[in-house]
Amino acid sequence: MKEYIDTGKKDTRSGFGAGLALLGDSNPKVVAMTADLKGSLKMDAFAAAHPDRFFDVGIAEANMVGMAAGLAIAGYIPFIGTFANFATARVLDQIRQSVCYSRTNVKIAASHAGITLGEDGATHQTLEDIGLMRQLPGMVVLNPCDYNQTRAATLAAAAWNGPVYLRFGRPGVPNFTPADQPFEIGKAIHLEEGSDVSIFATGHLVWEAIQATRELEARGVSVDLIDIATIKPLDKEAVIASARKTGKVVVAEEHLIAGGLGEEIAAVLAAACPTPMRFVAIDDQFGQSGKPAELMAAYGLDAAHIIEAALSF
Amino acid sequence: MEYTLEQIASQVRRDIVRMVTAAASGHPGGSMSATDVLTYLFFKEMNVTPENWRRDGEGLDQFFLSAGHISPVLYSLLARRGYFPVDELATFRRYGSRLQGHPSVDKNLPGVNQAAGSLGQGLSVALGAAVAKRMKGDPHTVYVLIGDGESEEGQIWEAAMAAAHYKVDNLIAMTDWNHQQIDGRVEDVAGLGDLRSKWEAFGWTVLEGDGHDFTDIERVFKKARSRSRLGSPVMILWHTEMGHGVDFMAGTCKWHGKNPSVEQCAEAMKQLEETMGDFAL
Repeated sequence: MKEYIDTGKKDTRSGFGAGLALLGDSNPKVVAMTADLKGSLKMDAFAAAHPDRFFDVGIAEANMVGMAAGLAIAGYIPFIGTFANFATARVLDQIRQSVCYSRTNVKIAASHAGITLGEDGATHQTLEDIGLMRQLPGMVVLNPCDYNQTRAATLAAAAWNGPVYLRFGRPGVPNFTPADQPFEIGKAIHLEEGSDVSIFATGHLVWEAIQATRELEARGVSVDLIDIATIKPLDKEAVIASARKTGKVVVAEEHLIAGGLGEEIAAVLAAACPTPMRFVAIDDQFGQSGKPAELMAAYGLDAAHIIEAALSF
Repeated sequence: MEYTLEQIASQVRRDIVRMVTAAASGHPGGSMSATDVLTYLFFKEMNVTPENWRRDGEGLDQFFLSAGHISPVLYSLLARRGYFPVDELATFRRYGSRLQGHPSVDKNLPGVNQAAGSLGQGLSVALGAAVAKRMKGDPHTVYVLIGDGESEEGQIWEAAMAAAHYKVDNLIAMTDWNHQQIDGRVEDVAGLGDLRSKWEAFGWTVLEGDGHDFTDIERVFKKARSRSRLGSPVMILWHTEMGHGVDFMAGTCKWHGKNPSVEQCAEAMKQLEETMGDFAL
């Protein structure tokens, strides 16, 4: 197994902020907007360097989506940033009509996704956003796993012509992927080659899956470990090839089972090569207040639960 | 040959009634209340032609229809102005048509720059487009039409606040104030109260005009232009009548989203002069 070195905990939202700042300097078409969450979205650097291309529209997310669509029609590349719940569920119809159906080149930057938002509780912990966004025709859904990958995904989102949903989180998590990595939209990232069980992980669950893989390998279980940083378009070829090889699939994500990556992979495999699956995700319930790590354990989203799932076939 | 605005508007109303009759569905009422204002906008006001139109609006005036259900008036005007063949109006709402029930960019219909139908979104989109023009130093104007019923949507007022906050003064919004919505009179369903004072309180320059009198329409558009670029967005409240132009369709919500029968269509045709030649059915 390769070595994965945690270079220090960093929040993925800061990876977005760093990527956005780079884009601000390199691409005059990039515009950033937020609905009163500039600091939380780490947009301060962009805002300070490019005040003429930064809009804090106040607590009015629907209008933000529409304005972004108008700017995109005129040729700009707007990144709109707010908490994942307000970036999706609150404005689903605006995204559907003004962005996806209208093919406007809007990038939705969604922070504080999932249960690791923590103490604010269930009103803010969206666990449905991947499902909502991946249902929209034409939407690309990215869920990078650490600071470096989020930074790279931000640059890739700007280069992509069309709507992108970029999902990231609040807490500091191990930063272990290469700083200079390219990010190829639509490409699964094969971390470990193995033959006994496939583990597909996305977002914060990738680091947990790496810990799980180390433990499973120590117990003699050979793991095929894949980081699904692009949830849509899914790298079906990589998913099918891995499932064919191992015949057992675990999917780990910080989301509800309903609508999540697991369901997406299940649909692909059911048609191409039906494979027994386990879902490390949350089953039909809201979250609650707590510390991120505490909530991950309580809701079954950690290495221990991935190991349990992998051994349960 | 040159047509008068009255002649064009008469043909557009004929097109609207014939389109929804042929499609056996669609929204004639609001289309007919907005006909005169939009006829002036497309034929006199805006600096854009079918030849130089482009979706990004660069170097041109730009129009957004927010109340997408009145697509018949938009399609008729685009066709009559020369954006696409007039006979294509016969495909309205049919399978495979570029003339979707509500405007769409999905099939690349010239003249349409944004999907609309789910209400309340177009003002925000127009605002974004106007901001973009300002950023680019493009001196042209962005126009947008919303419905009075549509103004019950919260997003309209989010956009209203933002436009004033950002002092977006290259934006001329218009309300088709026909006092009708699907379920009845706007005042009875969910009254807007003092609409003029509301927009003024939101920081807009507000003008009013008779949306069925071309002399007044010209006067108000000229005034709107002279009042733009002064630090505030402009709202024109057009006093209109749903179903205007056909006596049995006028002034009632009954024709918001209902097509006439073939017999009723024939009756309506007697009241609307054919001036530019009907599209073939």
